[in-house]
Amino acid sequence: MRVIILGATSAIASAAARLYAAEGASLLLVGRDENRLAQAAADLKARGAEAAEVAISDLGDPVDVEQRLDAFVRQLGGVDHVLLAYGILGNQGEAERDLADAETILRVNFNSAAAWCLATANIIEKQGRGTLAVIGSVAGDRGRRANFIYGASKAGLEALVVGIAHRFADKGPRAVLIKPGPTMTPMTEGMNRKGALWAKPEQVAAIVHARAYRGGPVAYAPGFWRYIMLIIRNLPSAIFNRMEI
Amino acid sequence: MTRFEPADVRSWGNVLQAEHHAAFPAWRDQLPRIVLSGRQEGRALLATGLRRSYGDNGLNPEGGLIDMAGLDRIISFDPQRRLVRVEAGLSFDALLGVIVRQGSFLPVTPGTRFVTMGGAVANDVHGKNHHINGTIGRWVRRIGLMRSNGEELELTLESDPQLFSATIGGLGLTGAITWVELEVLPNESAVMDAENIPFDNLDMFFSLAAESDNAFDYTVSWIDCLAKGASLGRGIFTRGNHAKTGSRLPGRGNTKFTMPLSLPRLCMNRYSISAFNSLYFRNGKRKAGRQNIPIYQFFYPLDSIGRWNRMYGSKGMYQFQSVVPPAVEKDATKEMLKTISASGQGSFLAVLKTFGAVASPGMLSFPRPGTTLALDFPNHGETTLRLMARLDDIVLEAGGRLYPAKDGRMSARMFKAGYPAWQDFAKYVDSGFSSHFWKRVSQE
Repeated sequence: MRVIILGATSAIASAAARLYAAEGASLLLVGRDENRLAQAAADLKARGAEAAEVAISDLGDPVDVEQRLDAFVRQLGGVDHVLLAYGILGNQGEAERDLADAETILRVNFNSAAAWCLATANIIEKQGRGTLAVIGSVAGDRGRRANFIYGASKAGLEALVVGIAHRFADKGPRAVLIKPGPTMTPMTEGMNRKGALWAKPEQVAAIVHARAYRGGPVAYAPGFWRYIMLIIRNLPSAIFNRMEI
Repeated sequence: MTRFEPADVRSWGNVLQAEHHAAFPAWRDQLPRIVLSGRQEGRALLATGLRRSYGDNGLNPEGGLIDMAGLDRIISFDPQRRLVRVEAGLSFDALLGVIVRQGSFLPVTPGTRFVTMGGAVANDVHGKNHHINGTIGRWVRRIGLMRSNGEELELTLESDPQLFSATIGGLGLTGAITWVELEVLPNESAVMDAENIPFDNLDMFFSLAAESDNAFDYTVSWIDCLAKGASLGRGIFTRGNHAKTGSRLPGRGNTKFTMPLSLPRLCMNRYSISAFNSLYFRNGKRKAGRQNIPIYQFFYPLDSIGRWNRMYGSKGMYQFQSVVPPAVEKDATKEMLKTISASGQGSFLAVLKTFGAVASPGMLSFPRPGTTLALDFPNHGETTLRLMARLDDIVLEAGGRLYPAKDGRMSARMFKAGYPAWQDFAKYVDSGFSSHFWKRVSQE
């Protein structure tokens, strides 16, 4: 198993990488922080990874994506799974006032992510097998005043990944989008994180890892969010607009 | 990141419940900013791990906590030189999963594997093999220590004998332990060659301990702390060695059941506890003899029930662990057991073990030659505190001491009498670090 992890220092990606390492996978960790990537690679090797290589790259910059991805695949000697795990939450209030902030959220979470997804799709379609696994968000299911710019970027990503999965239907490769609910990661630091709805990165990573191997194109993590979001999506606007959620 | 946010933090005993502010670093490079922001906000800091300490030495309600559990990476593992270097937040559970299959085992482990490396070193933990291997501090080769000025030191016994010795068993007060390099032991299998021997009274315990300590790497006893008269101190003696052959795979752990919520306090009375103890003793008698058992089951029987501390209800429990010196160990232990069984306030988990003479480098290290008795008491308020105060007097008179990792209420007088090195230790306490425990025991 050869796995490329885009955004390997994120909490969910780190936990997923450990599950792959325990299986003896070969990993390529991609991100910006060389020092942190090296620390993660040493840990994964000790935990059983056949190999743990690192590549330094600003993934949020959607330039030369195809060449960069080709280089990653060459570095790893082939690829079976690509996990796209980077993203930024941004600040909704500031992004509403300063459109440059909004543009950054959309560019990183959607434009650049879409480019990596499309480039990956081409590679795994050509080789006839492989998985593209992408971290989305329940925030993409219905725009809320608290985070709809982030939500819109994740909603766009969902349409894209589901479309790629459709393109792969009845062929070998797979594409899946995993939608975590609120998770205890550095991204959500500073929020009020008490309560039963908060998941640990390890719980979400277990679903990401399992879905990379099998299952449909969209998964909620933990699974109960499927039912919560079913209700949220179907609430009439007259009710939804009066709710503080 | 580097912010302190409100967090629900409790220690294992659950007696002290107070709102905390905690930071959750995910990378070691975030620590300098965390300690400096703590200093700016005027918070004295304390690093914590999985919070298996029973009392208040992992709590710091007026200051700030650095939750180290996210710093759980293995930095390096060299099976040939038998050296493993890990971040402070790595649990023994995770580390065992990596090293056991590669033919190594921890030189020392406490009775739960859900402790972090940093916490194990800060409390200088001991195990069933104390009479052979001493405490974990003897096996620590190097320590990374973050001081409150944001500087990270690398300590060895040779380079910084004083600060190294203060940090081993230093209860997190010399700074935040960031990583630890530990010597591990070769071990061929994940199976233990174990033997259970029922004994009918305290004298039999002491003769079994004397006869076993040379031939067995691991010895420990469970005792029925409510037995009286001729049966005072009856129990089950367990001894064992690593089996020479057998699978190297430790399995997926032995946690079979997790307590979903705290039991009502009504369940915790002298009748239920006495019935449990009698049953456990009879069951142990039935299962007496030698057998091969999986490694986790031998070392971590309590981990088979996740969150077992919830058995003690919402008011929690106190743990009391003492050590008394060899000259008076028989009399003092008998006196404590008499006091406990007369009070009727018992414990499911009374443990008796003889410590060996292997000294730790730690200034505040708890173990010393003699006999250690550990029990937990459901928190019934004033009556429980009165019982423990009577036990304190016995320990004090015997020239013994109590274990800070288990303590939630010892007096400053008790602490200072048990740890005469405390004043020397206090010189190495980082002024930017503190704990609820330290505030109590260091006061005049």
